[in-house]
Amino acid sequence: MLEFAQVVGDALRAQGFQVVMTRRRDVDPSFDDRATIANAQSDAIFISLHIGSTGPAGTVRTYTYLFPPAAAATTASATTETDATLQGANAMATQPVAPPAGFLLWSQAQKPYALQSRKLGDLLQVELAQKFPGSPEISASVPIYQLRSVAAPAVAVELSSIAMDPQKLEAMAPALADEITRAVVAYKTIYPPGGK
Amino acid sequence: MPRHLKIAVIVLVVAVLAGLIYLRVLHQRVARLAHTQASEEQERREVVAPPISTPTDVTANAQMFWISTTQADQLAPVTVQLPLSADPVERAKQLIGALIANPPTPAQRTLPTGATLLSFYILPDGTAVADFSDALASETPSGILSEWMAVNSIVQTLAANVPGITRLKILIHGQEAQTLAGHVDISGFFDLRAPVPPAATTPPTPPVAPKAPVAHVGAGL
Repeated sequence: MLEFAQVVGDALRAQGFQVVMTRRRDVDPSFDDRATIANAQSDAIFISLHIGSTGPAGTVRTYTYLFPPAAAATTASATTETDATLQGANAMATQPVAPPAGFLLWSQAQKPYALQSRKLGDLLQVELAQKFPGSPEISASVPIYQLRSVAAPAVAVELSSIAMDPQKLEAMAPALADEITRAVVAYKTIYPPGGK
Repeated sequence: MPRHLKIAVIVLVVAVLAGLIYLRVLHQRVARLAHTQASEEQERREVVAPPISTPTDVTANAQMFWISTTQADQLAPVTVQLPLSADPVERAKQLIGALIANPPTPAQRTLPTGATLLSFYILPDGTAVADFSDALASETPSGILSEWMAVNSIVQTLAANVPGITRLKILIHGQEAQTLAGHVDISGFFDLRAPVPPAATTPPTPPVAPKAPVAHVGAGL
C-alpha cells in the first residue's frame, strides 16, 4: 500500500501539488495522528488509500464520510440490566457543544466539508469507472472513521479483492494514480481555493 | 524417433497423468476438509449460541440481507422461513443468529462464522443495542466495503423484520469500539428508518484562504 501511495504522490507532485504523506514507512499512525497532519495544512484535500478483500476484483470505489443521523432524545428510563448501556447511549445522543472560536470539534471536523468531499468523490469515481470496468459511477457515503476528523475535503479510495496479489496492484498503480491526479486537477479547477 | 526420446515422452506423459490424478485427490481432500470445518463450526455454534426458541414463535417469512449472488459489492434481500418470536428483542436475536449461521452460500456471508450476539436490548426510545463477541471485529475481513456490508446486513435485516427499532448501536464485547475492523465507524448509531441514507447535503464552509495547493495522501491500514 505504501509503494502504491508513493506512486500516487509522485503523480500529484508532477502536476505541481505539494504532497504530504501521513506515513513514509511501515508504521501505523493512529486516526488522530493522520487527521492532525491533514488539519495542519491549509487548502488541503485528503485522500486515504485502501485495499479491500471483497467486491469484484479490479474494481475501485471512492467513499466520503456519512454522518450518522441526528440523535433522537432519549426520555424514558431503563431497567437495571441496561443501565450501563443506556448511559453510554444517552451520552452519545447528547448534541455536541459548539467549540470555542478557533477550536475544532474533532469528531465533527469533516461535517462542514461533507458536500465538497462528495463533489471530489464523484469527480474521482467518474474517472475511475472509465478506467476500471465494473466500478460504480458515483461515490458512496460510508462512516469511515479516518475521514470524520479531517477538516478538508476528504475521500477514501479502496481497491477491491486484490489484497493477496501484489503484482496486480503494481500493475494497477500507474493508471489509478493518473485517474486520481486527473480528478484532483479537475476538482481544483472547478472549485478553486476560496471559491464557492 | 530415437529410443531415448520415446522413453522421455512416455515418462512425461505418465508424470502428467500422475499429476492430474494427484490433483483430483487433493481437490477431494480440500473439499472434505472444508465440509468437516463447516460441520465443526455448526457444532460449536450450537453449543455457544443455541437456537433461540420462545413460546410465541411463529414460522414466518423473514427478509434477510446477504451479499447479492449477482453483484458482489451489494446486499440483496433473501426471503427465508424462520420461527420468529412476537417479542422484538427475541425476534432480533433470532434474526441475527440466522444472519450469522444460515447464509445461502459461503460467498453470500456478511458476518463471520465465529461471531456471536452476546446480548441485545431495545431501549424505550427505539434505540437497539447489539453486543457482539470479539469475533465480529477480529474475523470480519478488513476493508471499507466488507465492513460496510456487514453493518448494513444487520441494519437492513432488523429494519425489515423488527418493527419499532429506530436506530442501532453496535458494541463489541460490551464496549464501544471506534471501528468494526479498522475502517467503518461504529462509535455512533445506525438509522433503521433509512438504512442507506442519501448523501450529505450540508452546505460547505468555504476553506481558509489558500497558501499553496496541497494534496494530502494517506496510505490506509
